[in-house]
Amino acid sequence: MRASFAPWADPGAKPLLRLEGVSKRFADTAAVDNLSLDIFEREFFALLGPSGSGKTTLLRLLAGFERPDSGKILLDGEDIAGVPPYRRPVNMMFQNYALFPHLNVASNIAFGLRQERMPRREIRQRVAELLALVKLEGLERRRPHQLSGGQRQRVALARSLAKRPKVLLLDEPLAALDRKLREQTQFELAKLQEQLGTTFVIVTHDQQEAMTMAHRMAVMDNGRLIQVAPPSEVYEQPASRWVADFIGDVNLLEGEVKTTQSGVATVAGKNGEEFRLAVSADIWPGMHVWAALRPEKIQVGPQPPAGAADNKFRGVVEDIAYRGNVIVYRVKLALGDELMASVANASRLMELPISRGDEVWLSWPAAAGVLLSH
Amino acid sequence: MARRQNAGGTFVVVLVPYLWLAALFLVPCLIILKISLSQTAIAQPPYTPVYDFAVGWAGFKEFISGLSFQNYSALAQDTIYLSSYLKSLQVAAVSTAILLVIGYPLAYGISRATGRWQALLVLLVILPFWTSFLIRVYAWITILQTDGLFNRALQALGIISAPVAWLASDTAVYIGIVYSYLPFMVLPLYASLQHVDDSLLEAAADLGCRRWKAFWKITVPLSLPGAIAGALLCFIPVVGEFVIPDLLGSSSSMMIGQTLWTEFFSNKDWPIAGAIAIVLLIVLVGPIAGFEFIRARDLKGR
Repeated sequence: MRASFAPWADPGAKPLLRLEGVSKRFADTAAVDNLSLDIFEREFFALLGPSGSGKTTLLRLLAGFERPDSGKILLDGEDIAGVPPYRRPVNMMFQNYALFPHLNVASNIAFGLRQERMPRREIRQRVAELLALVKLEGLERRRPHQLSGGQRQRVALARSLAKRPKVLLLDEPLAALDRKLREQTQFELAKLQEQLGTTFVIVTHDQQEAMTMAHRMAVMDNGRLIQVAPPSEVYEQPASRWVADFIGDVNLLEGEVKTTQSGVATVAGKNGEEFRLAVSADIWPGMHVWAALRPEKIQVGPQPPAGAADNKFRGVVEDIAYRGNVIVYRVKLALGDELMASVANASRLMELPISRGDEVWLSWPAAAGVLLSH
Repeated sequence: MARRQNAGGTFVVVLVPYLWLAALFLVPCLIILKISLSQTAIAQPPYTPVYDFAVGWAGFKEFISGLSFQNYSALAQDTIYLSSYLKSLQVAAVSTAILLVIGYPLAYGISRATGRWQALLVLLVILPFWTSFLIRVYAWITILQTDGLFNRALQALGIISAPVAWLASDTAVYIGIVYSYLPFMVLPLYASLQHVDDSLLEAAADLGCRRWKAFWKITVPLSLPGAIAGALLCFIPVVGEFVIPDLLGSSSSMMIGQTLWTEFFSNKDWPIAGAIAIVLLIVLVGPIAGFEFIRARDLKGR
């Protein structure tokens, strides 16, 4: 998660990039469907969605490789929807890096600058700066095939930054790296973005990646934006069941709102259980809702929790998944619902305190989950 | 360990083609080299000396002293050989250039076609191989003759008013060579063009290149190994080409293959024919070595 930076919350702020009702169809499927979105200067914006959700098409529309069927793409207030890619102050880092195999590292990075006919001396200087930025000094004469995957990724990044674009588009930039390197690079990329102040728009299918790096993320499905918000908001206040389920793990409990009192709704579950959860403005009695409850927000214990709890249920452990850092319990409640509860593995006991078939108590405060109307 | 055990098997596998090459390429080459150092004779075979395994060491010394380079100096003295070599190199160079000009757009078009079309178009390029090369060249005689298809088509289109004698001319030779060798130019070009990833062209566009410039900066350099391979695959055999100039060309200026044939069959001068072949081989070793060098570099690059 990133430091406080929230121009989207300021109604007077002017977006750097504005999409107005942008649509793009391929044959008879709408890859991008009447989509509107504002992206601000210095923002690190992530497009997240399952494959086929239209996130890559949206990125290609921004790059100019696709033209929208309708709608406007405004960059600094100017419609660039019809401007070809070679005239846009926008650059892209490709998923497979698309490094030119016949050119060495320095020539790859300098490629865009040479098209601009920048003087040789300045090119050399800029290339040296970029090589230092991505820590590839000394490799300028290497060809792409002589580099490791991580090094290639850095060359691609340097090349896409060389022309100092107003917006840098990144298409799954870390997908080809192994996990350790990817996690390390996530932090580096976020730091680099802050340092350069360039607006980054990244496409990824990896929610960890989006949450680690982005100021805001857009969750896409079927060519539409389902939710656009900072990562913590998407996680804690998902806009719908679909988002709650797509981002992280979640328990969804179906029910009907009985009463709402002092900010807490009492919900009657399908199996007759009653639970209490914090209520938001668009929830009222009689409504059909789903309670979205993250597994890590449920307490698990062999005894009923001491004192009053908003929700406490008895159940039997059906399954235990030991994941190292957390232990996930699948608990079947007496009334028939099944819940996942995860507990941080804080102690280092070989014997787990709870085993399969044990009776346990699950409890959570009203503020632990959200009620979703759709 | 496993590697070392494999080494013996690898050696055998490699040995077989080398034995094959030695028996069917190296040995005949050495025989021709020996013949080129001999003198003509009215005998069977029509040259001397002939080494007799029965005569021993003294006979061998006599045999060696019988060899000479006089056929090679004969090649240098008579301008007919030099002009034949030059004619061959010229025909090969011009037709390779024409083949590149025709073959590149063809290969490019095939490489940009969609999957199913691509397979069909490649098939069409290699389809002529299903008919004998000789028959296809003979077919050109009927096409190019005075009342042939070519003249009638040109007349029907109003391009020429009277039939043109195409046969027995350099034009006919070029037509025949370009037709026959086109697949050898197109296939390696296609192979290299097919590997030019679309995302590279998008990256070039993203970095400020218009289409033609992206083509020039990315596609052309990446297809260069294919172009060089195609050019060598055409140039080298065209230099030694015999059938096409013999059937479609004139007898006034002969290519080296025809000169060699005349020396061998008409003049029964095997030694001078051998010398012509050896010199031709040496002339062509340069481009072949170049081809191998580029191929080796390419393999290392991948």
